[in-house]
Amino acid sequence: MISRAGFFNLFETELKNNIMKKTISVSNGAATLDTNRRNFLKLSGVGLALAGLTLVGCNDDDFTMIDNGNVFDLGTGDVGVLNYAYALEQLEADFYTKVVNNFYSGISAEEKQIFTDLYHHEVIHRDFFKAAIGGAAPNSILPTLEFQYPGVNFSDRNSVLATAKALEDTGVAAYNGAGKYITNPDYLVLAGKIVSVEARHAAAIRDLISPRTAAFSGDDVINAMGLDLAKEPKDIVAAAGSFFKTPFTWKERGI
Amino acid sequence: MNILKLLDRLSDDKFFTAEASRLDAITNITNFGKKAAVASIPLGLGVLMATPVKAETTTSSSAVFATPLIDALQLALTLEYLEDEYYRMGLAKSGLITSAADRVVFSQISKHETAHVAFLKSALTSLGTAPIAKPTFDFTVKGAFDPMNDYPTFLTLAQAFEDTGVRAYKGQAGNVMSNKDVLTAALQIHSVEARHASEVRRMRGNKGWIELAVGGNMPPATNAVYAGEGVTVQAGFNTATLFGAEAGSAAYDEVLSGSDAAAIAGLFIV
Repeated sequence: MISRAGFFNLFETELKNNIMKKTISVSNGAATLDTNRRNFLKLSGVGLALAGLTLVGCNDDDFTMIDNGNVFDLGTGDVGVLNYAYALEQLEADFYTKVVNNFYSGISAEEKQIFTDLYHHEVIHRDFFKAAIGGAAPNSILPTLEFQYPGVNFSDRNSVLATAKALEDTGVAAYNGAGKYITNPDYLVLAGKIVSVEARHAAAIRDLISPRTAAFSGDDVINAMGLDLAKEPKDIVAAAGSFFKTPFTWKERGI
Repeated sequence: MNILKLLDRLSDDKFFTAEASRLDAITNITNFGKKAAVASIPLGLGVLMATPVKAETTTSSSAVFATPLIDALQLALTLEYLEDEYYRMGLAKSGLITSAADRVVFSQISKHETAHVAFLKSALTSLGTAPIAKPTFDFTVKGAFDPMNDYPTFLTLAQAFEDTGVRAYKGQAGNVMSNKDVLTAALQIHSVEARHASEVRRMRGNKGWIELAVGGNMPPATNAVYAGEGVTVQAGFNTATLFGAEAGSAAYDEVLSGSDAAAIAGLFIV
């Protein structure tokens, strides 16, 4: 969230190549490493191009930047990758929020529990990124996006499951493909902690669609070397683009 | 060489922080098979090439030096050897996996583990290092378990192995991030193990994800697999605030250090 005054300050932010000194603490949980020396999230390459934006619909909770000739850029370096993850988690959180607010007809108890858990996890992921990026790079955080679901019928089990499967598989491929762009090892670990949960989700959804088959880890996503998909951000955004109502760019990654 | 001694180095903070501190300096990312990559590692680690490991003759005093990257791949290979052999044995054991559907599931898992062994061996070879030899496994843990004769036990250990694999790969991310191809491949294997874990857990009546530090109807001997999974703070963010500790802890899988992962694998190594 950003105040109205803070928003207008953005117009005065000049593009810098300096490393942001703002840090937040990192807990490495169960890792046995000495974390004291590594308890910083350092950000570099923060860039912002937000000239000429129109503030629309500002309310107590958030605001949406509307394209006024310029579109929000996810940023450079690790900030860009974090915003990318945040964008995808926003999408998943939005989708599952819709699912749990109006479960499809004929939903089983097990499916209800699964979708409720997925809703919980994705909202937690989303809010985590919002807090993490907002704390470390408050002038560069992706705003709250709007989404759309063309062709998705939220009252139909097959439609919801198929969309969930696509979103989860996309999440896995996105994280797998973006890992190499992360420079801070603490961020990489955080991304790693999330991607395996997305893969657990994907397997469960696939198993709901085709129970007790090879689908959970199907040949459509796992290749002959036993490797799951890893996709470039450009390809992910192209594939998932139809869900994003609010446009954004990521020039560093050619988007 | 004793796998635990080899892999103890992965918990050696000196190696990890050395790895991390040079990350700021690394700008040229190396590809598979470029031996020059090893030579470009500062702090003198590059001159310390891993030598072929002969399990029968190497003692702890032997000078076997490798980079954290190589050690990480050898650990991964060890875990994949374990899973590969486990599932082959299980599928081959007459009368163990009798449900046709379950055989389909485990055949798919087995296919992947076999592929992972091959992939990691070729990765190590292309990096100029001999892959560690396959250890001798005892999946009964000196008679404590009977996975090849009792299907519920087979499922239980399968869940333990897969959940361990997810955490072990995650724990090595920092050690492999210097080589972007290795990192990406490691991530691509890591998510497959997570899919496996989810499926096996669900076959056992558990959720596909781990809530708190509970494995879900698992014997105490597997406690180490789930220790630390219950954390509800991530980078200062309280993940339990919104929906409780179960959801907050399940939304993130935790790392296992190299030595912790090796210790778990070591239970099953003769």
